[in-house]
Amino acid sequence: MTRAAITGVGAVTPLGVGADALYGGWTAGRSGIVDGEGACRDFVVTDHLTKKEARRADRSSQLLLAAGDEALLQAGWGAPRAGELPYAPERIATIIGSGIGGFITLTNNHEALLQGKPVSPLAIPLLMANGPTGQIALRHGLLGPSWGTVSACAAGAHAIGSGLRELRAGTADAVVVGGTEAALVGLARAGFSAMDALSPTGQSRPFHRDRDGFVLAEGAAALVLETEEGAKARGATILGYVEGVGSSQDAHHLTAPTPDGSGASRAVVQALADAGVAAEDVDYVNAHGTGTPLNDRSETGAMRIALGDHLSSTPISSLKSAIGHTLGAAGAIEAVATIMALHGRVAPPTLNLDVPDPELDLLHVVGEPVALRETPGRAPHALSTSFGFGGHNACIVLGGAA
Amino acid sequence: MSTPTREDVEKLVLSSLEELGAESDALNPTATFEDLDVDSLDLAELSQIVEEQYGVKLQGEDVAKLRTVEDAVNLITERAAQ
Repeated sequence: MTRAAITGVGAVTPLGVGADALYGGWTAGRSGIVDGEGACRDFVVTDHLTKKEARRADRSSQLLLAAGDEALLQAGWGAPRAGELPYAPERIATIIGSGIGGFITLTNNHEALLQGKPVSPLAIPLLMANGPTGQIALRHGLLGPSWGTVSACAAGAHAIGSGLRELRAGTADAVVVGGTEAALVGLARAGFSAMDALSPTGQSRPFHRDRDGFVLAEGAAALVLETEEGAKARGATILGYVEGVGSSQDAHHLTAPTPDGSGASRAVVQALADAGVAAEDVDYVNAHGTGTPLNDRSETGAMRIALGDHLSSTPISSLKSAIGHTLGAAGAIEAVATIMALHGRVAPPTLNLDVPDPELDLLHVVGEPVALRETPGRAPHALSTSFGFGGHNACIVLGGAA
Repeated sequence: MSTPTREDVEKLVLSSLEELGAESDALNPTATFEDLDVDSLDLAELSQIVEEQYGVKLQGEDVAKLRTVEDAVNLITERAAQ
């Protein structure tokens, strides 16, 4: 039962550029949603990439590379290619999740094709879903195990879980994990709308009585994970831990979750067992909480099955209330926010939750962040859940540093 | 389409390479693609621009032989005149 030390985090989200902008914005109750969408409006690509680097990266990779630079700097790994990597490059893995990949590149090039214009030689390398992983490895010269995770809105969480397992397997000393999505394009809007997944009112209201769908958003997050021994040996500041991971499949419906949450509950139970953490020792739940009628009901059922009566006294909240749903990036962005919440020993609030759904018997955090309960003799634990169309469920257990 | 002069071609190649992200300081006719960090993907994009502009098709093996900006300008000028 080896846990992974988190030594660096980075994020680019609708709340701003940087993990501090994300966490500070969320805990202050700010929303990054404008006109019914969560765009990274503060992100200026030329602040992070040269003209050539920017041209050679889909927006999903641009966001990820900025988040990655932040995470590696915080970990003390230096600027890209500065020669300051603390491990042999062959022993550093890269695993980044994305729901779709380069959606903007794909639609732009398809439009060019239909108009009889040339399709760019960059079209394929920029639209492929593993592109962001390749890009971050290339940027920093990381030569270890490397691939993308593809499980729709669970992809970011699956990347973190996969990274933990690489470290445990001994195939890497460190791994850069994360998730990214940049899908604010007409095809995505129309497709999600056609299946009634998007909020027609453009409001992100997880767990609300009148919730009517999710708000489409873009963003990215990256985390540097190292073996605990390695991080301590080099004197790195440990921000927190990835303690366990669980995954399951509903095999119930193409998009709808199991109504009672039994499918997702297996991922949560597995994650707790993997971490060696008792349900009673969960101090905060960072919910998938999309704001669709089906998800929030199913997720409540899953948590009830996995945590039992302890659920009633465990604060739960959804970051999606503040930034919307970043699809394949969500699990990674939420992990970053959760680690910071554990560090601050608070549960941040679910925004816009003036009238909670009475059928969801959860201990919501509304308005201000609330302090986590005292945890004598141990650091606090949190769950972060992610569920994707296709029946994919992922849950990670995160632990505070002290 | 009138045949472009060598100067026309050089101007187009240089401005295209700048557009593709090559450092403008280092851009000159004698610069090598290696020095400019211009790779096969850049040259594939340059080929598209040249084809659209002059109707000149550069094949993979033609492009693979190019080492400098001058090489590219000479080849394109020659093909455009044919």
